Amino acid sequence: MDNTDIISVDQVSMRFALASEKVDSLKEYFIKTLKSQISTNEFWALKDVSFSIKRGDALGLIGLNGSGKSTMLKIIAGVLKPTKGSVAVRGEVAPLIELGAGFDFDLTAGENIFLNGALMGRSHEEMEAHYEEIIEFSELRDFIDVPVKNFSSGMVSRLAFAIATIGTPDILICDEVLSVGDFRFQEKCQRRIQEMLDKGTTLLFVSHSIDQVEELCNKVVWLEKGNVRMFGDCKKIAEIYRTSY
Amino acid sequence: MSTYIQNFKKFQPLLNELIMRDIKTKYRKSILGVFWTILNPLFMMVVLSVVFSNMFKFDVEYFPVYLLSGQLIFNFFNEATTNAMGAIVANGPLIKKIYVPKYMFVLSRIFSSSINLLASFTAMIFVMLAMRVELHYTVLLAPIPLIFIVFFSLGVGLILSAITVKFRDIMHLYSVFVTALMYLTPVIYPMSILPEWLKKIVLLNPITNILMMFRDVMLNNMLPSIGSILLAAVETAMVMVIGLYVFYKRQDTFILDI
Repeated sequence: MDNTDIISVDQVSMRFALASEKVDSLKEYFIKTLKSQISTNEFWALKDVSFSIKRGDALGLIGLNGSGKSTMLKIIAGVLKPTKGSVAVRGEVAPLIELGAGFDFDLTAGENIFLNGALMGRSHEEMEAHYEEIIEFSELRDFIDVPVKNFSSGMVSRLAFAIATIGTPDILICDEVLSVGDFRFQEKCQRRIQEMLDKGTTLLFVSHSIDQVEELCNKVVWLEKGNVRMFGDCKKIAEIYRTSY
Repeated sequence: MSTYIQNFKKFQPLLNELIMRDIKTKYRKSILGVFWTILNPLFMMVVLSVVFSNMFKFDVEYFPVYLLSGQLIFNFFNEATTNAMGAIVANGPLIKKIYVPKYMFVLSRIFSSSINLLASFTAMIFVMLAMRVELHYTVLLAPIPLIFIVFFSLGVGLILSAITVKFRDIMHLYSVFVTALMYLTPVIYPMSILPEWLKKIVLLNPITNILMMFRDVMLNNMLPSIGSILLAAVETAMVMVIGLYVFYKRQDTFILDI
């Protein structure tokens, strides 16, 4: 079991239509069709990307802005469907892509715990069981009946992180989440991730801080303009990465 | 197929939470809270029936109740489909970031409207009691037309929500369309005042059949005919199949168009 690929990405390409070409009303559609202005300006965010990781690995995705890191994570999380190629994921995915994305800002923190849990496919009872732990970790006991719209951004991300990391998911996806909150909370989050890694969770980690990646990951995919520039052992690639930028 | 059912089971708690959220946020900060779900349609029905039974007089026994039953079905259809239409667009930020079966958003809006439908139904029973309209045993069959209209609206809602993602201005067109459709449904007027040619057109409207079935069991002490049940079943099934097909075909492109 331990030797199976938990995630295998097979020749994945992702195409986007450029935003300036977006037609989102019938009126525009007719006018542009009549004037034959609907052009096919496209942009490939990922080109023929392949890699695979095994259970218990911690994979870091590095690269400059716009290199396709977030797109890759979204494809693995099932949010996006690749234009070409396929992704096989064997296990439950806990996505930490944008903290607070699943919150309804009119509801209280307590109600949002259940809503957010449900968005990850967890039942009411399951969330009930973790309720105390979430409040404890997020340090928001005094604010549990306050609507989330009155929270500071730090409080929102603390709550979101606490909800997303309950239990031991098979795969944890983190996109830049450690760059929020104060340093004390960042350390707390990092410890939490480390604990999960020790329990056998597979980690996908995106960060601009190569030091953080080196600390947490054992493998690295380096993306450049949608292509894989390097894939392999963390230490070696981190060194090359440092010297090349 | 079984993976679809498994996926639905996994996200079933989400459906409950979304419906609860719709209801909670709607009535938050009001003293009477959820009671508005019943009071609101009750007041609306009283006002409209007073206005209509004095201004327009049709040869219909218990006209206010006749009108209420028409509004109950049609307003549900209007509210449910209009809400469902915006479901995907409104939840766009979420769909962009987390994987969730997208039909859940449409389903939750239809179901929270259905809760309002049950409230209006309760309010209607109160009005019938207050007006001393005889309640017949056939009232127990009222769930049949109600279930038809819920699933019919779900099918229409799926189609509309998928198209709205691509063409936002459908929303404005649809409100005009619904107004026209209301006059092609015997909500206010009785079928008997229509000339023969118009009657044929009004009967082509699937909602007409469901509404007539509802009135038969609620007011006329009549069992729904097998023919009308079959017709409603076929029409509902057809709309559902088209809705599911359109939604399924388009759902992967939602994220690119939101």
